[in-house]
Amino acid sequence: MSLVVIGASIAVLTGVGAGIGIGLATSGATEAIARQPEAADKINKTFLLGCALAEATAIYGLLVALVILFLK
Amino acid sequence: MSLSEKLMEHLAGRSFMIGGFSIPESVVVTWGIMAVLTIVSFLLTRNLQVVPTTKRQIYVETAVSGLTGLLEGILGKEGKRYVPYLATVLLYLGISNVIGVFGITPPTKDLNTTAALAIISIILIEFAGIHQKGVKGFLKSFAEPLPLLVPLNIMEIFIRPLSLCMRLFGNVLGAFILMELIKAVVPIGIPVIFSLYFDIFDGCLQAYIFVFLTALFIKESIE
Repeated sequence: MSLVVIGASIAVLTGVGAGIGIGLATSGATEAIARQPEAADKINKTFLLGCALAEATAIYGLLVALVILFLK
Repeated sequence: MSLSEKLMEHLAGRSFMIGGFSIPESVVVTWGIMAVLTIVSFLLTRNLQVVPTTKRQIYVETAVSGLTGLLEGILGKEGKRYVPYLATVLLYLGISNVIGVFGITPPTKDLNTTAALAIISIILIEFAGIHQKGVKGFLKSFAEPLPLLVPLNIMEIFIRPLSLCMRLFGNVLGAFILMELIKAVVPIGIPVIFSLYFDIFDGCLQAYIFVFLTALFIKESIE
């Protein structure tokens, strides 16, 4: 049981990567909007897309953790 | 382990017995959403005039043109024919993600719902490619930009719907688990604030992202 829990917690560590990725994307987007406020619409769209793709890894980690925990 | 048991119960999903058939809860809730959307759109589009005189028509026109403008901006002129479908999916997903606020189980918390939507999306994406370029051009597009990338391009057909489906399902499920955990720690007051973020903001964002990604893929395949 305890090893299973440790495995699940390692799977959830994927969240670190997603956090760093979204942080980088946000810093880039704010900088870009500050430089060129008129392009904010386009930047926002690209930013949301990047966030969705970066966030997917964290979601996969969560799903893998749930599978490990409950569907052994 | 009461929490994990509760979680398992929610993951398995409830089902209703209607006329001898066992029908999953997500299907019943989807019927409800369909009925609400149909009735509301019927009531809102009665007695339309060329020059709007009622406030109702002005609001509806603003909403519809905003929605189509948003999607047309992504799809471009050639993808105009896919706008109504995408707008419908956006409305459906928006309502079904936010419906958790009223205590109804969101249909998107069922993996089958998101899988079905993702399969519809990938069929539409590939159909758009065939429709625009013809069968020959569609097959040729697999060898672009390099013939070396053919296996990767074929893999993409399976990876795209998988990632669309898992993203939506995982987000809704993750939000649900976090809300259950918060409710277990502080039952009153605090969950309302988190519910605003997880149910309303994240729900709408995920609906937008699903439709946005589908539109982007369609645009890519008709280019």
